[in-house]
Amino acid sequence: MRSKVLTIDLSRYKYWVEDRKDLFEEYIGGVGVAVQLLKEELENAKGVDPLGEENVIVFSTGPFTPAYPLASKTVALFKSPLTSNLGESHAGGRSAAAIANAGYGAIVIKGRSRKPVYVVVDEDKVHFRDGRVIWSIQDSIVTGRIIAEREKGRGIRTVMRIGGGGLNLVRYACVTTETYRHFGRLGLGAVFGSKNLKALVVMGRKSFKPKDKENFRKVYDEIYDLAVKSDAMKKYHLLGTAVNVLPLNEFGGLPTKNLTEQRFDKAEEISGEALAENNLGRRIACAHCPVACIHIAALREEYETEKYFYKTLMISYDYELIYALGSMLGVGSREGLLKLIHRVEVYGLDAISTGVCLAWATEAYKRGLISKNETLLDLEFGNYENYIKAVDYIVSQPNDFYKALAKGVDEASRIYGGREFAMAFGRNEMPGYNTGYGAYIGYLIGLRHSHLDGAGYSIDQKWKDYSPKELVDELIREEQWRQILSSLVVCFFARGIYKPEIVVKAFKPLGVETDENELREIGKKIYEEKLRLKKKMGFSVEDLQVPERVFEADTPQGKLSRDYVKEALDYYKEIVSKI
Amino acid sequence: MKRLVIKDLEKCVGCGLCMYACSRRNARDPEIGVSKSGILAVSLSGFERGATIIFCRACSEPPCAQVCPTGAMTPRKGGGVFFKEDLCIACGNCMEACTIGAIFRQENGKPAVCVHCGYCANYCPHGVLAYEEVKS
Ligand code: SF4
Ligand code: SF4
Ligand code: SF4
Ligand code: SF4
Repeated sequence: MRSKVLTIDLSRYKYWVEDRKDLFEEYIGGVGVAVQLLKEELENAKGVDPLGEENVIVFSTGPFTPAYPLASKTVALFKSPLTSNLGESHAGGRSAAAIANAGYGAIVIKGRSRKPVYVVVDEDKVHFRDGRVIWSIQDSIVTGRIIAEREKGRGIRTVMRIGGGGLNLVRYACVTTETYRHFGRLGLGAVFGSKNLKALVVMGRKSFKPKDKENFRKVYDEIYDLAVKSDAMKKYHLLGTAVNVLPLNEFGGLPTKNLTEQRFDKAEEISGEALAENNLGRRIACAHCPVACIHIAALREEYETEKYFYKTLMISYDYELIYALGSMLGVGSREGLLKLIHRVEVYGLDAISTGVCLAWATEAYKRGLISKNETLLDLEFGNYENYIKAVDYIVSQPNDFYKALAKGVDEASRIYGGREFAMAFGRNEMPGYNTGYGAYIGYLIGLRHSHLDGAGYSIDQKWKDYSPKELVDELIREEQWRQILSSLVVCFFARGIYKPEIVVKAFKPLGVETDENELREIGKKIYEEKLRLKKKMGFSVEDLQVPERVFEADTPQGKLSRDYVKEALDYYKEIVSKI
Repeated sequence: MKRLVIKDLEKCVGCGLCMYACSRRNARDPEIGVSKSGILAVSLSGFERGATIIFCRACSEPPCAQVCPTGAMTPRKGGGVFFKEDLCIACGNCMEACTIGAIFRQENGKPAVCVHCGYCANYCPHGVLAYEEVKS
């Protein structure tokens, strides 16, 4: 199995490789190993400035990459400039396959380059390339294309890059890979920007051998068949994650207009069904994924000045983008939504954070907490044209207000007020599930800061009148198993396939004997290690705040009670204190 | 003569499952990776333009075999080539000779080329590839 770690030091333009079998054997790969590598690098985790030279990025892949289908993700860990705590972000594209085929289990990037660079990892060699000419290009799609044309490795490489968001240190800027996949959450793009790192290219054609050849092909076929013939992945295969829009809307779980509403009257318009029927242009896949859930809309746009001249934009959409830039902002025009998504894509911003920031700003403007002096334009729900301009301002930051908004909704509402409707949890803007206690408590105590943490929203959808303690236990149990999935690193959408028994089976031909119990133990251990690292960075349950709006909004479980949430957090605090 | 053929290139999603299948093809010596793959999935100057695949088109007078100094690469009846790795000195002539760049480099520097076995077609979930009888 791959256990080599490549470390790249941008301050000294040096790199070296170490075999970290110890870590990969104990912690599997992915997040399990990344937590350890980050811990080793960030001695004084609390004091580290996320945008300072001392911050470190770890990219890590898993033992099933690229042995089996759907082990297509890379985990990135870093100190987040948005939350000042642990940042974790996963991306697919070709990133995982490329890192593994270059021969590495993980890549660590530290230091800060004096001048703009981009870095190319070509198997055993690392090249530091002059990035000055392309540094100021705000468009991440153009950046990707320029680099792709200059470098070799067509078809087997990943080009991770930043756009205007990362360059201007927007705290929720993302790193884009292969145009449509992102290390989205928690500001990895800003960390790239702070390191003067415009892009990271990785490629290779190295391979390794299974221990048990015959069985390897057998297990491969079993997993492949599950992925393409069973119903396990159908949902993602057909409409993609956008399939969630209508059911959530019906359920009253779709955050709308900064959660002042929980159903969107234009949900039909921006539903997965409507997008597929009217706009879907093609679908593409991450490397080694048979599902191809990446849905790309083709938007034909007539020139402003000339009739019968059209440009066609290809815009990828997903549930979270439809929520954050659609319902949350009251944008019910499909065309408007797609244009807004495109602008966010071009700059390389986290779509969820961008949408939630603008939703708060709209309400704050409506209530007179801020005026046009701050916003420079009229922010109103549904007005996508102005939202597009506002996105420009978040990146260019022409005044103090947009400078604050570029630091996240928590920071902006600290300065301008309206904290009660600033929809962030632990300083991170909320994902698109207003489904009940599971979702919200999940946002607060999840260790990965996404809706996919402890499956809160899916617990809500099968709600069984959990007590606060039962709910916390349930969330943690699921979250511990998900540490295994994100150490392997299989796509979370394939969690229905990679059940414990398949994981055990799949390990075998690679020469690893394990069992379900052992896996669950490792999951628990990784969970605790991660929590320890978070604590070292300053995480404390006491600091967690819940915006009032959560208790005002209707949820499918009715209005949520403060007491319930408090009891859950008190119980969680006890658990945290023992770790 | 059966050959690997393209059914519908426009349906390619760039997943590369065909590449991994090709590396896994040899039952006695399957590889995990793409080193031995004779097929390559690429985006068309960015995924916004879509994806396609590159593999040997089975020339009837294969230029690649013509420039091979050692007889490692020889014409195959019905088009395309045979490759005998033991004879190959990794000079790279064949890779340069193929106009469409369908010969790739293995980890050991020697070529990886499609031999039209059709194994990959079983793993293309999107109906791009097929293994069929063609007239030569
Ligand atoms: S490898 Fe290229 S040159 Fe050789 S037979 Fe195939 S297509 Fe023709
Ligand atoms: S690389 Fe090998 S097969 Fe290709 S031309 Fe040279 S000797 Fe022949
Ligand atoms: S037909 Fe065989 S040799 Fe050719 S690409 Fe497919 S698996 Fe590889
Ligand atoms: S398996 Fe099929 S869809 Fe995937 S890259 Fe190969 S040809 Fe394209």
